[in-house]
Amino acid sequence: MSEDLGFDPSLKKKKKSKSKTEDSPAPVDSATENVDELFSGLKKKKKKSKSVETESTGDASNEPTITDALEGLSLKKKKKKSSSSKNTEADDFDKQLEQAGINAQESLNTSTNQSSETNEIISSSSNNAPNSSSSPSQSSSSIPSSSPLAYPNLLSRFFSILKEKNPELAGGQQSKLKIPPPEVAREGNKKTMFANVQTIATVLQRNPEHLIQYLFAELGTSGSIDGEKRLIIKGRFQAKNIESVLRRYIQEYVICKTCKSMNTELKRESTNRLHFIVCKACGSTKSVSSIKTGFQAHVGRRKKV
Amino acid sequence: MSSIENLKSFDPFADTGDAETQPTNYIHIRIQQRNGRKTLTTVQGVPAEYDLKKILKVLKKDFACNGNIVKEEDFGQVIQLQGDQRLKVMEFLTQQLGLQKKNIKIHGF
Repeated sequence: MSEDLGFDPSLKKKKKSKSKTEDSPAPVDSATENVDELFSGLKKKKKKSKSVETESTGDASNEPTITDALEGLSLKKKKKKSSSSKNTEADDFDKQLEQAGINAQESLNTSTNQSSETNEIISSSSNNAPNSSSSPSQSSSSIPSSSPLAYPNLLSRFFSILKEKNPELAGGQQSKLKIPPPEVAREGNKKTMFANVQTIATVLQRNPEHLIQYLFAELGTSGSIDGEKRLIIKGRFQAKNIESVLRRYIQEYVICKTCKSMNTELKRESTNRLHFIVCKACGSTKSVSSIKTGFQAHVGRRKKV
Repeated sequence: MSSIENLKSFDPFADTGDAETQPTNYIHIRIQQRNGRKTLTTVQGVPAEYDLKKILKVLKKDFACNGNIVKEEDFGQVIQLQGDQRLKVMEFLTQQLGLQKKNIKIHGF
C-alpha cells in the first residue's frame, strides 16, 4: 500500500487529464454515461475508484493499438468489458486481438464463463486498477512516440549506430578489406616494376620486406627498390602473374585459418625464431613457415674457370 | 554404467595414424625465367626411393624437352627441365608415382 500511496499523486494527475481527454472525444462508452450518473450521486472517494475504472476501460480500448506486450493486461480488462455488458466493444477487441494473433474463441469462452464472476472481478480489478493502470498510463504517455517507431525502423537505426561506433561487430568486415590491384609495368627490357607494393603491404598489415621476400622466392628472381619505394623485379612478369602470387601470399601469410579474417598480424617469436599469425578478430595464433628460396638453378653465363 | 563408459570412449591424444600430418618432405616445383621467353622448371625434393635417372628419362620423352639432374648439397638431387613443365610434372608425380597432391607445392606465377 505504501507503493500505492507513493504512486497516488502522479496517478491522480494523470487520471484527471486522462478522464478529461478520453471523456470528451469518446462519448461512445455507455459506461461513461453510467459513470456520470454515478458521479452525480457519489462521493469523492468513490469518484476516484470509478474514475479508475473508466480509465482502465479507456486504456483497454486504446491498448490493442498500443503494444502487443500488454496482451495480458488487455485480456484482463476485456473480461471486465464483457462483464459490463459491452459485447460490441468486446467483439471489436476480439477482432483486433485476432489480428494480433490471439485465439478469439478461447477468449470469448473464457469471458462467457467468467461473466458470472464479473462482480468479483470488477471489485478485484478496481483494487488492482491503480497498479495496473499505472503501466498503461506510462505507456499511453509514450504512445505518440512509439507508434511510428516500428520494429524494422528501430532495427535499422540500431545497425546504423552500430556501424558508426563499432563497425567490426556489425559484420561484413570481410568485404571492407579491399586490396588494390597490383600496378605492374615493364621497366626497360628485362625488368618489371611493381609500383604499389608499399600500399598493398600496408593494407595487408605486413612488413613490405616480408612481402618482397616472398615475391622474390616465388618468382625465383631478385630485384631492388627504387627511390620512390617501387619494386623492381628482374624478369618479365605480367600483372596477372603478380596477382596470383599475391593471392597465394594472402592465403599463406595473411588469412586467419580459424576465422578466415584478414585482420591479422605477423609476429616473430624471438625465443624460437618462428613466425606467428596473430588474428586480431578471433585472437588465435598459428605458426607459419618462414620463406625459403629453395633451389636456384644457375641461369646465364657460366663463370670462366 | 553406460554413461561412465562414455567417458573413456576415445583418447584425443592417441596417434591417429596420419603420417601425412608432418609437413617435412614437400616436393617443390619451381619455375625460373631465362633469357627471352624461355623458362626452366626445377623439381626439388623427390623422395630418395625413386630412381631419378629413370624418371628424368621418362619425363624428357613425355614432355619432349631436355633436362638434367643437378646435385646440390643443400637440396639433394634436383631435376631440371627446359620450359614450363610444372603442371605436367605435377600430373606425372601424382598419376605415375602415386604421390600425394598435398605434398607437392607449385611455386612461381
